[in-house]
Amino acid sequence: MSILHLVVLAPFIFAIFVPFLHKYLRHIHTGWFVFIVPVLLFSYLVQFIQPVMNGQHIHKVLPWMPSIGVSFNVYVDGLGLLFSLLITGIGALVVLYSIYYLSKEKEALNSFYVYLLMFMGAMLGVVLSDNLIVLYVFWELTSLASFLLIAYWYHREKSRYGAQKSMLITVSGGFAMLAGFVSLYLITDTFSIREIIAQAPDITGHALFLPAMLLILAGAFTKSAQFPFHIWLPDAMEAPTPVSAYLHSATMVKAGIYLVARMTPIFSGQAEWFWIISLFGIVTLFWGSFSAVKQTDLKSILAFSTVSQLGMIMCLLGLGSAAVHFGYEEGSFYSVAVVAAVFHLINHATFKGSLFMVVGIVDHETGTRDIRKLGGLMTLMPITFTLAVIGAFSMAGLPPFNGFLSKEMFFTGVLNASTLDIFNMETWTYLFPVLAWIASVFTFIYSMVLVFRTFTGQFQPEKLETKPHEAPLGMLIPPVILASLVLIIGFFPNLLSKSIIEPATASILPTLLGPENSYFKVDIYFWHGFNAELFMTMGVIGVGTLMFIGLHRWSGVYDLFPKRLALNHFYDQGLVQLERLSEKVTRIHMTGFIRDYLVYIFAFFILLLLGSLYTFNAFTYDFEHTADIGIFEVILSLVMVAGALGVVFARKRITAIISIGVVGYVLALFFVVFRAPDLALTQLVVETVSVALFLLCFYHLPVLKVEKNTVPFKLTNLIISVGVGLTVTLIALSANATRLFEPISEYFIEASYKEAGGKNMVNVILVDFRGFDTLLEILVLGIAALGVYTLVKLRLARRDEA
Amino acid sequence: MEILMSVVAGVLFSTGTYLILTKSLLRIILGTALLSHGVHLLLLTMAGLKTGAPPLLGYESNAYTDPLPQALILTAIVISFGVTAFFFVLAYRAYKELGTDDMDELRGTDDE
Repeated sequence: MSILHLVVLAPFIFAIFVPFLHKYLRHIHTGWFVFIVPVLLFSYLVQFIQPVMNGQHIHKVLPWMPSIGVSFNVYVDGLGLLFSLLITGIGALVVLYSIYYLSKEKEALNSFYVYLLMFMGAMLGVVLSDNLIVLYVFWELTSLASFLLIAYWYHREKSRYGAQKSMLITVSGGFAMLAGFVSLYLITDTFSIREIIAQAPDITGHALFLPAMLLILAGAFTKSAQFPFHIWLPDAMEAPTPVSAYLHSATMVKAGIYLVARMTPIFSGQAEWFWIISLFGIVTLFWGSFSAVKQTDLKSILAFSTVSQLGMIMCLLGLGSAAVHFGYEEGSFYSVAVVAAVFHLINHATFKGSLFMVVGIVDHETGTRDIRKLGGLMTLMPITFTLAVIGAFSMAGLPPFNGFLSKEMFFTGVLNASTLDIFNMETWTYLFPVLAWIASVFTFIYSMVLVFRTFTGQFQPEKLETKPHEAPLGMLIPPVILASLVLIIGFFPNLLSKSIIEPATASILPTLLGPENSYFKVDIYFWHGFNAELFMTMGVIGVGTLMFIGLHRWSGVYDLFPKRLALNHFYDQGLVQLERLSEKVTRIHMTGFIRDYLVYIFAFFILLLLGSLYTFNAFTYDFEHTADIGIFEVILSLVMVAGALGVVFARKRITAIISIGVVGYVLALFFVVFRAPDLALTQLVVETVSVALFLLCFYHLPVLKVEKNTVPFKLTNLIISVGVGLTVTLIALSANATRLFEPISEYFIEASYKEAGGKNMVNVILVDFRGFDTLLEILVLGIAALGVYTLVKLRLARRDEA
Repeated sequence: MEILMSVVAGVLFSTGTYLILTKSLLRIILGTALLSHGVHLLLLTMAGLKTGAPPLLGYESNAYTDPLPQALILTAIVISFGVTAFFFVLAYRAYKELGTDDMDELRGTDDE
């Protein structure tokens, strides 16, 4: 246990105290206490920047279940540090924001902060764990915390719907990922990511390699809302805005990005990895930005924008994996793509976090997030407007903000991808730059919609519930900090390059570092001359502006898209059909008729036993060792069969009862013939008592009706019952023919007088050698007698009613 | 002899099963009684029906019939008697309370 382990566990530990703080210190907003946690963690983690920059990796071991190779090992390298700084940094800002956003009096703050802390700890666990199983545990904890936070206002139906949807999608992805992790374990015999990476060159040919890759990607894509699993993210916007800002823009949705980046050293260099990630990324980028334009809810716009930006990062990671194929050269675009991914990851966290907070402010101050009701807020909320402009322009990729830099690098990546000649990609070269450019145009449009539809135009106070005014200072501080980061990174992009981006890139592409280039040289220029990328951006701005102005003319294009083909429709219908199908299947076989269940049981009995007799060729019979048949036995057998059939065909109760008596008495006679005097005695008495019992109740018994059954019904019964009899006979014959060893009865014959002092062997066995059976058999009889007595005497229902 | 007995036991099983699959409660109970007869007969048969003296040491004999299955069957007879008696009273009560012995109509009552 080291302090680093405490970093991960601290939020969980602190969460225990939150309800008490909430209960006993009601006059102080609980958020203030919680605020201390991420601030402390952030300041503690900052000190790792220096050693990680120098290429040191911190590794702390804590055995958890060592016998199965699961230990809670914390591992800090560039990538883990980048993410944990994001989590704690933005976490602190979000907590600060939530203090002003959530009312102390009206909201259940204790559960909110418990869930939020649980999420924060889980997320830190995901990014700092070296062990795959521990990573998975924390991964599912983030899903759970997200589920709880989305449904924070659980009395709203939409919140519950969104929470359920996100739970189902992310957890099914998580299960796939677990299967992928286990496959990796089967290949490499270790759960440690570092050890797997060390074995990476040797495992590519393994049969489980590709399934492991696909399963892990399924986990990453569902969590990171990649197409077509992105549908949960817009519905997750029912969560309180601080949650959307934190989970659904800056941290949790990047867990999938983290996973892909973390797994890059293992899987990169494979064509499948390259293609799947790049294509899913670019399609997500396009689809997210395309869908964002038609939204009317501010948070929905941001949700689709997040989807689209995550697709962009994913695509960059995919393109960057080609670097492994080619090796590192300074300035080569392959590694530039990875640098761009890391850079945009940071940029996106800053501007998207601030935009969510801005939207939260607008919602808080006006009472709506619908852009059709909003407008003209610029003069009323000048600070919020400024923040929105900075965030949205950065998102649109305009200079001088940081989004411009990462978008330029993205264009470099896709343009160069078209010159790649690996993995048979010549034929698809045009796809990347074209899709990327169109997506950028749409990104531009929705960013403009976000700013100008909200803050300029006609002010419509009659549609608003409250009179809008500027937000309180505390609510503005966190977005101001994020927006200033947007500007600072925009103007001084190399501020972070050496300390954060280079080590993170080094963790994603560790194999490319040799003695001569011990770190990646990252140099992000603001101005790189008149090149294709710049012209592309200018095109984006030009076309985007024109399309934004004429939006009302072409927005009808969204209505052309049929609702039936929407992914949400598939999801909803899928759930409905699944339920309907399972209900139908249950209805078909769970009929409620006992006869049907007996048919299943007997049919299974026959099929299984006869089937295995047939399959293993086990049927044998043997006439030699059997005893001789006497005439007496033949007559008894015929009488018994006649009696049994008599029960079946009896039309009157008395016939049936007498027939069953016949069978019982013949059985007693068989016991006489086969020299079992005690059995004969018991059977005679029992049969007499049984028949007497039947006759005693004779007048109260139901009359035997002739069964009015259809022919197929009777035929099934006949087939089943004959099958059961046949099975029993065949097995009896086979068992009789194969005697594996001599019976142990010689012992009883020897010992019953010598050891137990009795001459009747059966009785000695019953009360001496195996007396326990008899004891419990007495118990059975006692219980049966009590049961009968109770049944006869106890009549609650009827008497109570009367 | 064992083969004949196996066939007879098979017939008892068949008739028992057939009765269990019918709708009348009384027939079902008679079916279970037939099934237990079949099982007892089968138990005895499986031990081998070699002729020998009854398992009483009073008989001076070289060979005795196997005493162990007889003890098992004796236990089984008593248990199945207890169960049959209980079933019988249960069926009788069900018939009195619910007014039917048709299994198709016995699919849950309003009390549930």
